[in-house]
Amino acid sequence: MADENNTDEREEDENISPWQQIIDNPFLLLFIGVAMPTVFYTLWGVMEIASIPVAPY
Amino acid sequence: MTSLLPPAQKNWWAVPVGRQEIIWIAIALVWCLIMFFMMPLWHMYGNQNIPTEAYKVTPAKYQAKVNEMIEKYKVREETAMKIPVVAPPDGADVYLLARLWQWYPMLELKKDVTYRLHLNSIDWNHGFSLQPVNINIQVVPGYEMVLNITPNKAGEYTIVCNEYCGIMHHAMLGKIWVKE
Amino acid sequence: MAQFRQCPDTGLFFHKEAENLMKANAVAGVVCLLIGGILALLVVLTRWPAIHLLPADSFYMVLTAHGVCALIFWMIFFEMAILYFAGSTLLRSRLATPRWAWAGFVMMVIGAVMTLAAIFGGKSSVMMTSYVPMRAEPHFYLGLVIFAVGALIGCFVYLGTLVVAKNEKTYEGSVPLVTFGATVACIIAIFTIASGAEILIPTYLWSIGYISHIDPAMYRLIWWAMGHSSQQINVAAHVAVWYLIAGVIFGARPMSEKVSRAAYLLYIFFLQLASAHHLLTDPGLSVEWKLFNTSYAMYLAVLASMIHGLTVPGAIEVAQRKKGLTNGAFEWLRKAPWGNPVFSSMFISLVGFGFLGGISGVVMGTEQISIIIHNTIYVPGHFHATVVIGTTMAWMGLTYLLIPVLFRRKMIFPQAAKMQPYIFALGMSMVAVFHMAAGTLGVARRHWDMGFAGNPLGFEYPATAYLLMGIAGVGGVIGVIGGALFCIIAVGSLVFGEKLQKEAGLLQSFGVPLADSAYTNEKPARLPMAPAEAVEADHGESGFEAPGTFILAMVLLVSFVIYYFINWKYLSEVWGIS
Repeated sequence: MADENNTDEREEDENISPWQQIIDNPFLLLFIGVAMPTVFYTLWGVMEIASIPVAPY
Repeated sequence: MTSLLPPAQKNWWAVPVGRQEIIWIAIALVWCLIMFFMMPLWHMYGNQNIPTEAYKVTPAKYQAKVNEMIEKYKVREETAMKIPVVAPPDGADVYLLARLWQWYPMLELKKDVTYRLHLNSIDWNHGFSLQPVNINIQVVPGYEMVLNITPNKAGEYTIVCNEYCGIMHHAMLGKIWVKE
Repeated sequence: MAQFRQCPDTGLFFHKEAENLMKANAVAGVVCLLIGGILALLVVLTRWPAIHLLPADSFYMVLTAHGVCALIFWMIFFEMAILYFAGSTLLRSRLATPRWAWAGFVMMVIGAVMTLAAIFGGKSSVMMTSYVPMRAEPHFYLGLVIFAVGALIGCFVYLGTLVVAKNEKTYEGSVPLVTFGATVACIIAIFTIASGAEILIPTYLWSIGYISHIDPAMYRLIWWAMGHSSQQINVAAHVAVWYLIAGVIFGARPMSEKVSRAAYLLYIFFLQLASAHHLLTDPGLSVEWKLFNTSYAMYLAVLASMIHGLTVPGAIEVAQRKKGLTNGAFEWLRKAPWGNPVFSSMFISLVGFGFLGGISGVVMGTEQISIIIHNTIYVPGHFHATVVIGTTMAWMGLTYLLIPVLFRRKMIFPQAAKMQPYIFALGMSMVAVFHMAAGTLGVARRHWDMGFAGNPLGFEYPATAYLLMGIAGVGGVIGVIGGALFCIIAVGSLVFGEKLQKEAGLLQSFGVPLADSAYTNEKPARLPMAPAEAVEADHGESGFEAPGTFILAMVLLVSFVIYYFINWKYLSEVWGIS
């Protein structure tokens, strides 16, 4: 019974679109969901603030 | 209760999407892009854009700069607290300082002249809120921001503080007069 | 051995441990809402110019506590309940590591109590945002950190439950849409909490003198990665609750799993970038950074919300039309169960979030328009539309659903419960709309006295602004009455509501045979996939399954466009700035 299920799923997997595979994988989504704002909002923003020059006077 | 159940097809991504959703998504996407491009367009053609010119500065240095300006351009004093009023020459650098709980000094500007208005706080966060025009800028301690402002109407204007800055926050005011 | 019971009304399976955790978190949440609501009344009565109830120091203290209680504690406790429901109950799975979940819950309670104690001690009136170098007492920050770590544990218990469910094959195919939505909320929560730790731990160390300096601009940047994202958890979660309630009440199936899930995927990619909305008038950040982030990368997260705005009511319309309510464009809506507070709360949440909260949020998050809105009372107007009319009302609808299903109690005062969503929505819409209007006249937020009494300079807002704040005050009182009614009904039902044995009567028409709701050691049957239907063959004459919803969506769009350009017009009239 269990074996049958496994073969079923393996066959299905081959036809499943990569988009669905991304959406069905919570840990990949977690990575994307943390990496995107960390890179574009936080790190980029920190770099901008850090590179503000000192007043010329 | 099918939103509570797994999708009817294992391979649900392959199920075709109805026409209604496709049309709505297309319309919404167009609108989103219009909203996005409004911002760069306003940078090119609009007159109200938040400048990015900013400097790191210490309170002592900024205070010195403010005092220097007051000495040069002071025209009178206002209220019992003798707050100086500064009338800078056209196009000059104007240094406005925010502190607990005051905008310092007061300014006298001319209509349709562009000034370089510097903003900085020497203690906590404050909010530059110019009324009744309703221009609102965050003032962050340690960072001096430079705005090129062009008053477009004569009159008396008040600077309200709209970033919470402690117990007397609600009494923190400043003045700008704009003359013809 | 995991013990389960099946709810006789809905057919849902409850794992005993998960069920107790849901109850504890939901109750803790409602208690926080109750405290937040009482504080709201004090805030409202102080900002109502004719009453001006509290002195300045108590006002700022109460406002700090109101923000923390309502915006952080109420929301996140309830979200934990939703996560356990979506992970365990919807997937028919046992909850992973219930002991850790309890540890997380206890930490959240301790953290919440600690922070509130700091605030009511009177020396931490720093507002929820606690911008440095303004200083609160150390346990203000420490409490928030402990609360956040507790919530983080809850998030990992949820992810662990997804793994358990998959390994033990408790469901077929992909997870249900509602569970997917909860996963998105959980992911956003993890980023939120990590950002919170990043900034609050150093700030705590600074408050005890261990670190000498926290950069105020950096603080704002990272604090808002937490502060704004925490409201995006709400968005992802309350959209999931909309789908959930549409499913329970109407048996609605998502119009397209692909569209709804792809919209959620856009949330994961882009929603959290919107933290930049708060920094648009801050010094030194480049135009590129602002444009990219404030627009959620070309408004793709807004696109996602607009998609949900079509697919949620669309799913309801399709389900209603199948039941024969096919006359005209709106018979399906007219004949919806408006007297059922589960539905009315949910639908008002949907409409209010879209029309009031969504439109105003996008407009004020436009880089340049922020100049005429930043830190005015427009901002609280906006977010009372999103987190109160949007999220809180969705949570209220879900609570009305859970009282019989989860707590097995009959609701007390059913007549009052019918009215409650309308009273609350009326009051809170007034708060939102009139605060926004007062904000366009420049009235400041977080401000004790719009009359500036005691300042020798003197300044008066236009008389209209006073009128608007007065009307908002009336709205606030109505809203508090509606909120109090909710708390009375919810808490009262748990304490005094008749215990349900076999039948609840509320939801029996949804096709699941009655069964005893006793715990057994038997593992529930595997959660089957939704019954296949010829979805594609079901399009109406014009190929539109839900024409009424399409009309509503177009009304939303037109309002959006008009309001957006009106604000550009306002902006063009202020002084030149460059």
